[in-house]
Amino acid sequence: MDLQAIAFYVLSAVTIGSALMVVTARNPVHSVLFLITTFFTCAGLFVMLGAEFLAMLLVVVYVGAVAVLFLFVVMMLDVDFGSLRSGFARYLPIGGVAAAVLLGEMILVASAVGDRGAAVTTHYGASPYSNTEQIGRVLYTDYIYFFEAAGMVLLVAMIGAIVLTLRHKPGIKRQVIADQTARSASNGMRIITDVKIGQGIDA
Amino acid sequence: MTFSGALSVALPELILSVGILALLVVGAFVGDKGTRPVALGAGLVLVTSAAAACFGPQGAAFNNGFVEDQAAVFAKVVIYLVSAVGLIIAEPWLKRVNGSRFEYPILVLLAALGMGMMVSAGNLISLYIGVELQSLALYVLAAFRRDDPRASEAGLKYFILGALSSGILLYGASLIYGFAGSTRFTDIAAAVQSGAGTGLIFGLVFLICGIAFKVSAAPFHMWTPDVYEGAPTAVVAFLTAGPKLAGMVLFARALANGFPGAVEQWRQVLIAIALISMLWGAFAGLAQTNLKRLWAYSSIANVGYALVGLASGTQEGVQAMLVFMTLYIIDVTGFFACLVALSRDGRPMETFEDMAGLFKERPGVAAAMTIFSLSALGMPPFSGFWGKVYVFKAAAAANLQWLAAIGLLSSVVAAFYYLRLIKTMWFDPTRGTTDASPLDARGVAFVAAAFSFPVVMPALALIDPLSKAAASAFGLN
Repeated sequence: MDLQAIAFYVLSAVTIGSALMVVTARNPVHSVLFLITTFFTCAGLFVMLGAEFLAMLLVVVYVGAVAVLFLFVVMMLDVDFGSLRSGFARYLPIGGVAAAVLLGEMILVASAVGDRGAAVTTHYGASPYSNTEQIGRVLYTDYIYFFEAAGMVLLVAMIGAIVLTLRHKPGIKRQVIADQTARSASNGMRIITDVKIGQGIDA
Repeated sequence: MTFSGALSVALPELILSVGILALLVVGAFVGDKGTRPVALGAGLVLVTSAAAACFGPQGAAFNNGFVEDQAAVFAKVVIYLVSAVGLIIAEPWLKRVNGSRFEYPILVLLAALGMGMMVSAGNLISLYIGVELQSLALYVLAAFRRDDPRASEAGLKYFILGALSSGILLYGASLIYGFAGSTRFTDIAAAVQSGAGTGLIFGLVFLICGIAFKVSAAPFHMWTPDVYEGAPTAVVAFLTAGPKLAGMVLFARALANGFPGAVEQWRQVLIAIALISMLWGAFAGLAQTNLKRLWAYSSIANVGYALVGLASGTQEGVQAMLVFMTLYIIDVTGFFACLVALSRDGRPMETFEDMAGLFKERPGVAAAMTIFSLSALGMPPFSGFWGKVYVFKAAAAANLQWLAAIGLLSSVVAAFYYLRLIKTMWFDPTRGTTDASPLDARGVAFVAAAFSFPVVMPALALIDPLSKAAASAFGLN
């Protein structure tokens, strides 16, 4: 057994184990931490496939942003996961049927691919470019339309978030830097004379 | 094709995108005071894009991801103009409810851009991005009045069920990609030429289910009545018109361009969906008391009729679908314009009870609503009748006489609720005075009513050859 096989088995065992822990852990914070472990080991599997760009993406986007966001949400929302899980036994039959259907489909797909292979297998041959460079080359040429269109989708998400949540409340004190810097000794200070002993000053 | 050539093919979308970004900057600087100028600009952008679609070059661009042909042009012109009409209704309405925000016209433009991408999709990726762009903008529009709990609920429901349907659509798309080896419709068509295997059929069915969700065909219609009831009427007038046509053209595009070798397989699915939609729309509508819910069920039934056209799997059927949807969305825009125009003591009038004796109060609006109801019912000589003639003729030509017969039967059932509305408006005692109705919504309603009859007759002489050319672009027999 060579080193690569050992790495593969270790990584996939950890992936499956921690994915299992995501759904079974009692504490939701632990669930999210196991999720991060899953992402990391998946990234390792991607590296073994030679897809180092996807691996980096998984670490940067999913571990760096999404999972941390989950963590914040879990900590801040104070969701009672105990009550969410209470119907587990009751919904087990329906969930089991859905899982069985999905399993059947996966077996169907896997066996079909195993029989005939995917319909088209493209071999780019020995390319002088690395994986990341190759993605960059098609992303901004063949796929430029989808890339730009996806940008518009993100724009909708931004506008939507602002439209639905931003509220301008009147009467809130804000920092106005221009006013602050325009302030000088002549209009910011007042010299008070004739202060009587034992009395305060009205500002 | 050179890059500039590709850009010129996508000129309508380009104009829309640049218009969106420019208006967004204007809006960000001027603020909500600038809603009217931004809305005017948006209307101008929509009309310019429609003209660009009309007169611009045609062809496939971006590695076949974007297809501009007769069908895309036909659908785009209708969609852009209907969206502009939606703005005419919505902008003054926003002002009346003190909810003027410049984002509204921009979201309408973004939805229109998504719809344009949908009808021009030549690739599963552009299909999905178009659908998402359109849907996301519509979710936000449905919840646009965020202080209204019903609108928020409608938006949330729409969002969650829409996300579910996107998941189904993506699942189908990935199965198709896996088994055909490409996301391009032309390559998929080549892969299914010798008949589609089990995996492709699986993907195809999921894809159809996902799109059926978006056009609210039964049994994927659950969101429709709730969203129509909860969302503001002016928004419903928009989201019941263009998106439906875009979804139907997308159906035709994905099935005819991607699966011409599997016509028999997708016909079966479409026939089942059409059958359930027609019957469910007719029977469930009987129990409704809210007019917006009622017209939601009516739209489910009408999407069923349009699907009958598509289910014939012929060029004639696609043409029937295009004509039917075009005539239907004009009717439905007019009807919701009537509802926008009507209010009593500042409250919108949405139920049968509210409509009692409307003819004595507002004869014009009541007459327009009568025309729309008769048209949706399929009464000659109104436009809805001609749409149904096209559809049933195409179905009969494709040996689907039984389906056409069931369609007629469900029209008769649905006639009950349309006639009940007319009876309520004309013969019931009135429930008090209505508020002054705004000119804009009333104007749109009257123009749509005039289109329904008699303008439809000369208009059909124009629509018929155009839709025929559009349908021929799909390359079915």
